[in-house]
Amino acid sequence: MDKKVSVKVCLGTTCFVMGSANLQELIELVPRKYGDKVEVTGVPCLGLCSIDWEFSKAPYVKVNDDVIKEATVEKVLKAIEEKLN
Amino acid sequence: MAMNTTPKQTSHLKREILVRLIKAYLGDDFCENTRLIPYAMRPKGSEVPYRCCIHKERAILRDRTVAGLGMSIEDADDSELLSTLAAKSLERKEPEENPLTVLTTACKGCVPSRIYVTDLCQGCVARPCVNTCKFGAISIENGKSVINPDKCKNCGMCVQVCPYQAITKIIVPCENACPVGAIAKGEDGHAKIDFEKCISCGKCVAACPFGAVHEKSQIIDILKNIKAGKKVIAMVAPAIMGQLPCKPTQLKDAIIKLGFADVYEVAQGADVTTKTEAKEFEERLEAGAEFMTTSCCAGYNELVEKHIPEMKPFRSDTKTPLYYTAEIVKKEHPDAVTVFFSPCNAKRKEAMQNPNVDFVINYEELGAWFVALGVQVSECGEIEFNTEASAEARNYAVTGGVAKAVQTMLPEHIPAYPVVINGLDKQSIRDLKKYAKNGVCELGNLIEVMACPGGCLGGNGTVNAYKQALKQLTGYVNESKPLVNTEKIN
Repeated sequence: MDKKVSVKVCLGTTCFVMGSANLQELIELVPRKYGDKVEVTGVPCLGLCSIDWEFSKAPYVKVNDDVIKEATVEKVLKAIEEKLN
Repeated sequence: MAMNTTPKQTSHLKREILVRLIKAYLGDDFCENTRLIPYAMRPKGSEVPYRCCIHKERAILRDRTVAGLGMSIEDADDSELLSTLAAKSLERKEPEENPLTVLTTACKGCVPSRIYVTDLCQGCVARPCVNTCKFGAISIENGKSVINPDKCKNCGMCVQVCPYQAITKIIVPCENACPVGAIAKGEDGHAKIDFEKCISCGKCVAACPFGAVHEKSQIIDILKNIKAGKKVIAMVAPAIMGQLPCKPTQLKDAIIKLGFADVYEVAQGADVTTKTEAKEFEERLEAGAEFMTTSCCAGYNELVEKHIPEMKPFRSDTKTPLYYTAEIVKKEHPDAVTVFFSPCNAKRKEAMQNPNVDFVINYEELGAWFVALGVQVSECGEIEFNTEASAEARNYAVTGGVAKAVQTMLPEHIPAYPVVINGLDKQSIRDLKKYAKNGVCELGNLIEVMACPGGCLGGNGTVNAYKQALKQLTGYVNESKPLVNTEKIN
């Protein structure tokens, strides 16, 4: 019913270089699509890349408490749909 | 506009390899750890995301690593271990000549460019395809159009006239992106670059969905000089200020953390370019010239040299911002090793021709270096630049920016009508040829040419999305001091 989805796009250096630069469009795209049901923000390093070789799975996006590895615009939109339904 | 269209997955792979290479270099056993890169990326039992089997995945990752080591993939012996090649990369004194290399095993997937009649063909009565074809290449067999490949010249007229859109042109993305016909699939099905024609613009690098075209990285050469304790000085192109999520002053600190002795903004040299070019424009117009083109884009300069020599008299003789910056740096620090931080591949070629520029790194490689070292740019300190460049100079990276800067410095009796070539393609090259041939450009008198759509921010070596990069850079430009044309004030 009144579910609100929070999307955090990691804009730490590793995520940014490995692809979250291209996820910034979500920040504009999502509110247009879902209104205030979904909140998208660019956030500083979530700390997920620092363990061992985990940089290779960057960029990371958090949709509520779920971590999306190697995030793409498509993957994030799919995760949002799942949370809303 | 097709900007920053590099397929994201291939960029990810290339960047991951660069990070691993840099980590290997900074670690204990560079050669052995380089050899292990394909195995670390595809360990035993791992998923095979792209190719037929894990062995082919590793073989391709190995070839990509060869480019990361700065070597030609075509020339590297398949039987040589990456560890052997890594050792060789440490021995070279200067970068290899041609800046691009093609991973041919990755480009097998493309079918040669041709015109193809699809199942949608209705075998209509009008048959515009048959009637339009000037070469008699189309006939009707079993009620459908059929193209005779021996007669077809790939002109594409039939594609345009088919009322069902049933005929399509199968393109090879690299060939399609190349504005000068320098890359083509040979008889063997492999793309090959003709370096006699290539203008190093990097469009093929961005266009290939298999990520087959690689820049030969100079990252090992740069790391080696830093490790040897040399005074390595960074010269950062204006485009860099839109690239990473931090302030320009933080970026300077971040670059110094990598081991660089100092960081110069190439915008400093752009201020020299602006003033020199405005003076030159004034003199040329007073001498009766109809128009002049800018000369700061390396891709354009190589285009003029190789394909439009008749444009030479109309191109400004003023040197590039990189030229002036490197000259200043070498004067102030004769013992320095200079590294240009470039948004594109074309500047690699310019750097090779300029003894004051020792190496080039693009923003992908820089980003990978930050990742390898765990430098968090947004948490870095702030270091001011020694020389404050003007707003106009810092805006050189944006299409129209160079012409605007030159215009600012012109005296009032010399009116400039800028014409902006926002990206080189087959059409804009035809236009330029026409201007050169006729000695006149009906659209204006100051032609700015940028090989990449959007300007340097759209270069193939960038990491940030164009829109965001533009926003960030514009913020920096707006807080910089504007150029003052003293002649206009007096």
